[in-house]
Amino acid sequence: MIQLTAFYLFATVVIASAAMVIFARNPVHSVMWLILAFFNAAGLMLLAGAEFIAMLLVIVYVGAVAVLFLFVVMMLNIDFAELRAGFVRYLPLGALVAIILAAELIFAVGAWSAGGVDLAARAAPVVSDKSNIQQIGELLYTRYIFLFEAAGIVLLVAMIGAIVLTHRQRGGVRTQNISLQNQRRPQDATRLVDPGVGQGMEL
Amino acid sequence: MTETFISWGMDPTWAWGVATIAGILLIALPLMLSVAMIIYADRKIWAAIALRRGPNVVGPFGLLQSFADGLKVFLQETIIPTGANRGLFLIAPIITFTVALMAWAVIPFNSGAVLADINVGLLYILAISSLGVYGVILSGWASNSKYPFFSAMRASAQMISYEVSIGFILIGVVLFADSFNMNEIVKAQQGHGLGFVNAFGFNLLLFPLAVMFLISSLAETARAPFDLTEAESELVAGYQTEYSSMAFALFWLGEYANVLLMCTLNAVLFWGGWLPPLNIDLIPWFDIPGWVWLFGKILFFFFVFSWVKATVPRYRYDQLMRLGWKVFLPISLIWIFLISGYLMLTRYS
Repeated sequence: MIQLTAFYLFATVVIASAAMVIFARNPVHSVMWLILAFFNAAGLMLLAGAEFIAMLLVIVYVGAVAVLFLFVVMMLNIDFAELRAGFVRYLPLGALVAIILAAELIFAVGAWSAGGVDLAARAAPVVSDKSNIQQIGELLYTRYIFLFEAAGIVLLVAMIGAIVLTHRQRGGVRTQNISLQNQRRPQDATRLVDPGVGQGMEL
Repeated sequence: MTETFISWGMDPTWAWGVATIAGILLIALPLMLSVAMIIYADRKIWAAIALRRGPNVVGPFGLLQSFADGLKVFLQETIIPTGANRGLFLIAPIITFTVALMAWAVIPFNSGAVLADINVGLLYILAISSLGVYGVILSGWASNSKYPFFSAMRASAQMISYEVSIGFILIGVVLFADSFNMNEIVKAQQGHGLGFVNAFGFNLLLFPLAVMFLISSLAETARAPFDLTEAESELVAGYQTEYSSMAFALFWLGEYANVLLMCTLNAVLFWGGWLPPLNIDLIPWFDIPGWVWLFGKILFFFFVFSWVKATVPRYRYDQLMRLGWKVFLPISLIWIFLISGYLMLTRYS
């Protein structure tokens, strides 16, 4: 009973907030709705028994990706009039995308309701005595090890690419050299002198 | 607790619901009270180090100071700036406060005394603490004011940077404990150091991680010396500048609840949680209830937090980023290799 209620609650909120992502006028509000959608999707994952995936969804998407979205969107200088100006120009392209998506949805639902594709039977049986993390780890590091490492290399290349693209040498910047500072001793920087009266001292 | 309610003749579903709500209240109410007292303790410790007297007027020894402050704040008018984004402006402190309370659900106070004994407890804490950024970043943006916005940018960059190295540090602990469950992590520490010390911190491989975690938790909660988010010399009061009354109080409470949570995590992950310090039966250590040990450790770490606040000058922003990305991140990454290599050789070969 409580699971059913929770499922419908999460599912409704996911769909409603996903719709609000598109309908919200303010891009910052859009991002907030997107975060709510992620969060409730994590709730759905929990109900499905995939606790590890749920937590990763929150940590990665809500904790990192959406924050970066929010950063970029907040920095934008939003001009609402300009946002709506291109409506007619982009209408054909938008309509095309919408029609394709709608067609795909109809095909998918049609094929599913026609039967014959027994998806449930193809899902892996749940081994109950092992936790999520163990099961995923065992698969990921044995059967899919090459794919896993290939994904790692792709991410590494992307990271190096981003650094190469944004890295630039600037001249005349005074940066702090911490090891040099730590090596400096009082006797290198100060000098104790005892000048006679009226003599002064040279620096 | 559910069994107790069932034994009183309650329907199991109802007993579960009532037990959960009772558990939440049993954590949240004492937490709020201890936040009030810990603010007082913070000010007293800070004053003592600065050779001042601290709060000493309201109540005996000034003990009621926090409650007087709370009442004052409660009676004030909530001011919402005209240019502010009303909804988000009010939601931001609520997010901060709620998130600070939510993470306590998986903290074990004694063997089995935990509200939600879930397999992925540590990941849950990471997930919840990553939500805390939103309270800060939204308050800064929704205030529609320069300084809060700068502060929000700084704070979120700081929190994200240190979350990365905290994640790696936690992986080191998880590798040793062989579990993400908080209770299992505490149990794995029994007799871990030299065979009789109940703490991961006495393991030479884990001690550097413990130190880094303590420093990172200072940065994660934006306490001194990493309190750049409310550097009063440059940013007025940071992201809280435009807030008043209860909205401000929620930030305040959330901040200190977060500090307490980080102290608890230090105690639970590295210093034995609810276990007594030594695993020797000569002295009746184990007769003292676990939560006493845990609270003692939390208070010790809170003292360390205040001590640092009173003695260490504030970092500059580039120094803060350097410490996070160029010192903690590489070291914690290397340590993951070391720990997993060590465990492969000793435990799994």
